[in-house]
Amino acid sequence: MKPAAGLALLCVVLAVGAVQAQPPAAAPAPAAAMQTDLAKLDQRVTAAQSSADNAWMLVSAALVLMMTGPGLALFYGGLVRQKNTLAIMMQSFSLMAIITVLWAVVGYSLCFSEGTAIIGGFGHALLRGVGVDPNADYSATIPQLTFMVYQLMFAIITPALITGATAERMRFSGTVVFMVLWSLFVYAPLAHMVWGKGGLLNATLGGRFPTLDFAGGTVVHITSGVSALVCALYLGKRTGYPKEPMPPHSLVLSFIGACLLWVGWFGFNAGSALASNGLAASAFVATHFAAATATIGWLAAEWMTRGRPSALGAISGAVAGLVAITPASGFVAPIPAMIIGLAAGIGCFVMVTIAKSRFGYDDALDAFGVHGAGGTIGALLTGVFATQKVNPMFHDPQGRPLPVGLIDGNASQIGNQLIGIAMAWAFALVGSIVLLKITDLVVGVRASEEQESEGLDLTEHGEEAYNLEM
Amino acid sequence: MKLIKAIVRPNKVDDVRDALGRVSLPGMTVTEVRGHGKQKGHTAIYRGKEYDVSLLPKMQIEVVVPDNLVDDAVAAIITAARTGEIGDGRVFVIPVEQSYRIRTGERSEV
Repeated sequence: MKPAAGLALLCVVLAVGAVQAQPPAAAPAPAAAMQTDLAKLDQRVTAAQSSADNAWMLVSAALVLMMTGPGLALFYGGLVRQKNTLAIMMQSFSLMAIITVLWAVVGYSLCFSEGTAIIGGFGHALLRGVGVDPNADYSATIPQLTFMVYQLMFAIITPALITGATAERMRFSGTVVFMVLWSLFVYAPLAHMVWGKGGLLNATLGGRFPTLDFAGGTVVHITSGVSALVCALYLGKRTGYPKEPMPPHSLVLSFIGACLLWVGWFGFNAGSALASNGLAASAFVATHFAAATATIGWLAAEWMTRGRPSALGAISGAVAGLVAITPASGFVAPIPAMIIGLAAGIGCFVMVTIAKSRFGYDDALDAFGVHGAGGTIGALLTGVFATQKVNPMFHDPQGRPLPVGLIDGNASQIGNQLIGIAMAWAFALVGSIVLLKITDLVVGVRASEEQESEGLDLTEHGEEAYNLEM
Repeated sequence: MKLIKAIVRPNKVDDVRDALGRVSLPGMTVTEVRGHGKQKGHTAIYRGKEYDVSLLPKMQIEVVVPDNLVDDAVAAIITAARTGEIGDGRVFVIPVEQSYRIRTGERSEV
């Protein structure tokens, strides 16, 4: 509604300007000519808006790809032991290639073409019908190609996040097979349910249980985080865990990775506005503020309970906050964003430092502790803090905005958020167990003990990360 | 002829080298080593998981000296490498039977 009204107003202003600019001697333009001029102006304004939106969305797509490589690859690469550095980076990088091909063949179609309430159909298989014309259902001002490639970057990073739990002990072949299956049978249904037209959880395009997930709290972080937990349990602990020390081999790499993630997240969240508009600005600000308070939250909790604020704590807190603000970023004001960040910083600290050792699972790089826990906290708090002042997405039949989250007075949104969270957990849990079992039968998932002790870099890839000796 | 093997704090290597230079002992070999003595190391914490860092980085300095300079050399090393805290390191003096210079093949005194 709003952009159209603004457009009309702009046309009128421009038209008046054009009329006034004419020499006074000229006769007033006949009505018909005026109509043509207006139509031309309208076209030009539309083209200008499309150019601006498209520019931002292409940059956003690139930013989101940067989150996987080098962002996540460096973040995880630094956290593993030296002998497994290339192996974990290769997992992220190879997903950049593999998921891309899969996306072109059926991935995009299963997520975003019309199908059932659970999964999309094959309407866009092999990218049929995906060209420079916009897909008005999702983003009326940018080419569908842009939308498609932007969404692809999400499909790449989501399985890559899981590799944090399987690090240092999952074979490359097993990883590839599992991630391909996982993309088709866990990611695609969730993406379709939450973002696809007619999806069960879609908030604006005819979903039964409108779940608010602006940039992927359920679709990306809960699915990957919960699947990460399943993987960690299925694979078992790394040989020697927890008796043998397994400290990160280079927090400098992790630090660079985390900073790239923070920057890339602006594309992830603000880009999810799918336009270069006020909502994108709002999501950008919410994202940044949440990362800040989450950093402080984790550090404060660490400082108070362990006596020292650590660099790893700071970057882990930032990522936790970015995860948690992801579903909320396009719905909440800056101050609530800071509350969400703080909650995630402290909550994920507790998950990673206390819950993990209590339950004894070996989530090597804390993919569940950060993405599963942070995603769930964020998805829930989105239902609390979402407001029509930021994003008037629900309307009554007369077009008046309706309350969005709990602070607007819409308590039922909490219920919808819980349904969305439950669906994401359920799909990730069941799907991952089944797919891991299949993968295990086909190619095997766990590296041998010898491989583990020698390191996956040498045994899986035949190379080493560092050859520093002269 | 004796081999003096000193294990010192990494940041004391330059001081030791200067001190040995003052007792006219120009040559030395330095190796990065790890170890612990009375100093039990310290604790590192990564995401709440504690690791005992029991083997700390040290530098091992080896220098071969004529018998008449051993006491001066040891004193020079101890003075230069000492901080007074636990973890300052150790000095060992070991007899050396023969020494050869590779370039010329001749047997040398020191």
